[in-house]
Amino acid sequence: MPWIDACATDDIDQEDLIRFDHDGRTFAIYHSPDGTFFCTDGLCTHEQVHLEDGLVMDYEIECPKHNATFDYRTGEAKRAPACVNLNTYETKVEGGRVFIAV
Amino acid sequence: MATRDYSLLGPNARQAVDTGLAAAEWYHTDIPRARMKDLMKRTDQPAIRDTAILFACMALFAGIGIALWPSWWSAPFWLAYGMLYGSAMDSRWHECSHGTAFKTRPYNDWLYQVASFCMVRNPVSWRWSHARHHTDTIIVGRDPEIVAMRPPALFRIVMNVFGIFDAWHGWTRMLYNASGRIHPEEAAYIPEQEQPKVIRVARIWVAIYAATIALALALGSMLPLMVIGLPRLYGAWHHVLTGLMQHAGLAENVTDHRLNSRTVYINPISRFIYWNMNYHVEHHMFPMVPYHRLPDLHDAIKHDLPPANTSMWEAYAEIIPVLRRQLAYEDVFLKRDLPATAKPYREDFHSAALGTAAE
Ligand code: FES
Repeated sequence: MPWIDACATDDIDQEDLIRFDHDGRTFAIYHSPDGTFFCTDGLCTHEQVHLEDGLVMDYEIECPKHNATFDYRTGEAKRAPACVNLNTYETKVEGGRVFIAV
Repeated sequence: MATRDYSLLGPNARQAVDTGLAAAEWYHTDIPRARMKDLMKRTDQPAIRDTAILFACMALFAGIGIALWPSWWSAPFWLAYGMLYGSAMDSRWHECSHGTAFKTRPYNDWLYQVASFCMVRNPVSWRWSHARHHTDTIIVGRDPEIVAMRPPALFRIVMNVFGIFDAWHGWTRMLYNASGRIHPEEAAYIPEQEQPKVIRVARIWVAIYAATIALALALGSMLPLMVIGLPRLYGAWHHVLTGLMQHAGLAENVTDHRLNSRTVYINPISRFIYWNMNYHVEHHMFPMVPYHRLPDLHDAIKHDLPPANTSMWEAYAEIIPVLRRQLAYEDVFLKRDLPATAKPYREDFHSAALGTAAE
């Protein structure tokens, strides 16, 4: 799996996310409260709304449309109306950059 | 003049999907991300305070009502209790269905279950129906929560001031679900894996009502039903009064909440009962903002919205004439002017759907 250079570590506030588009796909990259970075698919599994305007609380992302929540570390759907988990992708940090394996 | 079919399984439903109106991109006022994050922030404190006040008042009013029963002196206390049971619980149901009332999720879930029971809205079915209301707000054939359909069913609306149709529908659907069945309309928006939960909740509720009725029979008094069940009827008026203002008389089949939703300034007691849902354009545009921050959200975006109605009187003075005109000509609706500071409505996008605006 190739590593893709997605953004600088300080592009994302702690407890927040950004959108990252690559090769016709869209992702969400998260900066957790403990400083770790995570990556999931960008679109909510309920009705394909982008999560970029959502709310990060601890280790969960809440979808801006109908408030479904996911654990962005595992992708697990935690609250209706989402029933399907998000795909997650590995991340690594090198030289102040966040890389994702997609 | 187009005749509307509001059924979720009818021709307008198919048309909305074919024309791209269903699950479309909606207009949003721009707000800097940092400001939005602050507005969306969750906290437990305001809802704990409000919930404590709500339940304390309910216990007090019901307690006095029971103590004074069967004297007519108990009536005002039942009216007050009923308004909290049959109307305040509507807004609690709503806010908790979004999960925005409390930061702590189990608190949301607990209040959601209680409020759903009071309002006779299956907590599973209605969570999905409300999600659809947010995806396809006032899109004919897609939104299951349109109150003032065109032409307006005024008799139905008036009966619902006493909860008649809504509660009847809730109770009959509860019995239907408790018998192990899911209605075809529900099946249109509830995923299959969630459907057994609908049936389980319906059966628990039937047991609660059966126990209440058994107690009433044993006591030879309707008093138990004054506490559980009937307040859904005699206390419904306030949520109908406030709920009707949300969208009535405004546009259908548009993708800009400024055209189909209404913000109204109301008195503080009604705001407590309605949990700030009078800021309705704001709520639809940004459903992640908790009720207690909606006044702040309103301040942040009001430059981009039609001016709020200044009172319920003013709102109804604008709604009633439009509903009356819709009785004769159902394409009529009200289109509010935007302030000079707002981004204009996208006429090109909406003109086909809009039809005739009332002057
Ligand atoms: S689109 Fe995300 S919760 Fe509905």
